[in-house]
Amino acid sequence: MRTNLLRSAVLTVVLLVICGVIYPLGGWALAQLAFHDQANGSLTNYGSTLVGQPWNDGKSINPNWFNGRPDADNPLALNGVAGSSGASNLGPRSKALVTDVRALITEWRAVGVQHPTADLVTTSGSGIDPDITLADALVQIPMVARARGISSTRLRALVDSEVHGAQFGFLGVSYINVLELNVALSKLSP
Amino acid sequence: MSLALTLVALLIGLAICWRFLGSYMTAVFEGRVRFLNSVERPIYRFLRVDVESEQSWQRYATSMIVFSGVILTVTYTILVLQGHLPLNPQHLASVNPALAFNTSVSFLTNTNWQNYAGETTMSYFSQVMGLEFQQFVSAGVGLVVAIAVIRGFANRGKPTIGNFWLDLTRAVIYILIPFSFVLGVIFVAQGSIDSFAGAIHVHNSLNGVHQTLASGPVAFMESIKQFGTNGGGFLNANSAHPLENPTGLTNFLSILAILAIPVSLTYVFGKMVGALRQGVAVLAAMALLFGAWVGLATFAESQANPAVAHAGITSQPAGNMEGKEVRFGPPLSALFGVSSTMTSTGSADASYDSFTPLGGFALMTGMMLGEVSPGGVGSGLYTILLFAIIAVFIGGLMIGRTPEYLGKKIQAREVKLAGIGVLVMPITVLILTAIAVATTAGRAGPLNAGPHGFSEVLYAYTSQGNNNGSAFGGLTGNTPFYNVTGAIAMLLGRFGVIIPALALSGSLAHKKVVPAGLGSFRTDNTMFVGLLLGVIVIVGGLTFFPALALGPIVEQLSHGRFW
Repeated sequence: MRTNLLRSAVLTVVLLVICGVIYPLGGWALAQLAFHDQANGSLTNYGSTLVGQPWNDGKSINPNWFNGRPDADNPLALNGVAGSSGASNLGPRSKALVTDVRALITEWRAVGVQHPTADLVTTSGSGIDPDITLADALVQIPMVARARGISSTRLRALVDSEVHGAQFGFLGVSYINVLELNVALSKLSP
Repeated sequence: MSLALTLVALLIGLAICWRFLGSYMTAVFEGRVRFLNSVERPIYRFLRVDVESEQSWQRYATSMIVFSGVILTVTYTILVLQGHLPLNPQHLASVNPALAFNTSVSFLTNTNWQNYAGETTMSYFSQVMGLEFQQFVSAGVGLVVAIAVIRGFANRGKPTIGNFWLDLTRAVIYILIPFSFVLGVIFVAQGSIDSFAGAIHVHNSLNGVHQTLASGPVAFMESIKQFGTNGGGFLNANSAHPLENPTGLTNFLSILAILAIPVSLTYVFGKMVGALRQGVAVLAAMALLFGAWVGLATFAESQANPAVAHAGITSQPAGNMEGKEVRFGPPLSALFGVSSTMTSTGSADASYDSFTPLGGFALMTGMMLGEVSPGGVGSGLYTILLFAIIAVFIGGLMIGRTPEYLGKKIQAREVKLAGIGVLVMPITVLILTAIAVATTAGRAGPLNAGPHGFSEVLYAYTSQGNNNGSAFGGLTGNTPFYNVTGAIAMLLGRFGVIIPALALSGSLAHKKVVPAGLGSFRTDNTMFVGLLLGVIVIVGGLTFFPALALGPIVEQLSHGRFW
């Protein structure tokens, strides 16, 4: 028993040093040297391209921008600002989910999007999904065109140019990064 | 299309792992890999362990239990003292004792059940020195127990089953650390964050938004989280969080890493018992179950979400997108979910609580089958070997002769031990679920109403009893009731299987091998694979069917009803 305790203590210290100090610090040092941008959150002048952000005031949808997916903490924030990440965790036959989706449909109709896509009224897994699909962007085009006074054709070309294919053609699905799309939009129509 | 190609790529990746990681691990545990000799030798000197020494199963188990007790204490202490320890840029308070107990048991048992949100509860010190450390060590312990059990089957009359101290050191420094490091580099290159600088504040001049991004040394914890089938994420949203799992590639590599060791261990098993076909038979049973569940879950998640449809969304072309990320989409999220729940990993790139009833059923039953297809690091193999003992016993009864497995006579003692190992999980899960739904403290937990609320409770104990760690996340688990009962489930689900498995190994180790004759029951053919599958499905299915009927099954069948 004493030998076991002693050996356990020694091995714990050794493995704490290897797994809890050398490994994470070695990884961190390499990450900071070789992949500085990625290791610090893939930041641009407008925020992180990986982390979705709200494009409205959290009360109603802002038709001047393409909007991302709702955040479970505050569905109308359309992507969270701070706090912990996470999903709504509402079950597939949950009345609360029916109510939430209906409320979002109403909000979209208020800004002229009669048939919002499923992505735009369902919350994502993280609450900060940075992406939407092509279909999600297309239904928002008339709204943005009206609000900014640009032709839908120009917006369509802009949206098309922002589509990323799935990685290596098959890992995941093709998507549009909302931040990149809106930055491009701001250049088209400041 | 992308699912089919992903599955092909996964199959190729796993075939390579099976052959090469398998033979590498065999060499490591036979002491033939020595490139880190200069690290290894001093450790053995500190430990005063002779490299040639071996232990009986009792000594092996005692060493493992004492060591587990020590690291449990260390992790618990770190968590409750967090507020006074360094690397805490957000000035988070110390973790309360009930939560610290649940969390340290959770990471000790390779479960990684999390009753907390990482970014708002755990300091970087706790994450790295407490939790990441446990992710290596718990995976290592699972792995070495599997190896010790294999030695019991492989030994020809030698009563010892290896040396715990040597095995664990080798598992960590030769297998877990190097592969996790390489994987971590790919994760960070893809965009997984890795920084000690604290939360990041950004301001976007276009929309006037001030945003706070959670940060931390995530990427390199992410790799051992998957490779060690741990599953406990740095951030609350786990693998759905874009800073943990940023791209399609990291998502794919997560799935591959989760499956790599459990699948490769069947090669190690075949090699060490001297008949690769025996390993292939076990792998075939695992693969058939896994394939069937992938089919079920990907089909289920490609269907529309009933609540979203009821709210007036007429078309859900991608399938059920509630709780899922655009970059992964429903089929790949379902594949991730099955990989994670059938391996005792429990990481999640989507909200499992919001899966369709059938999808949630697939995840839950994936665990209820005992985490053997292919199961967690080590635990998958030693648990399926317990099922194999039951299978040869039933096969022996049917043909009326003394059962044998790998040339060793299976007698009353072995069958009893296998029986205990197989039954401890269902008994724990069902009793604790019953207690939870019968008490006010337990009924306070679920977020959802109706059968889905029951599913949340059943899922919680199934997950903890199987050391999985995934959750129907709506459950509020950070209460004294769930913290303590959950910890009990995790401890029983881990050590209640490991100890019978080691005892079985010890009991088989000194048996002589009987040469196979014409009348021997073969355990490397299709017949045996079928029998093994039958035992796994019948044990899991019969024990859990009544409980499942109250949860996901009634939910699936209740057309048009909402709670």
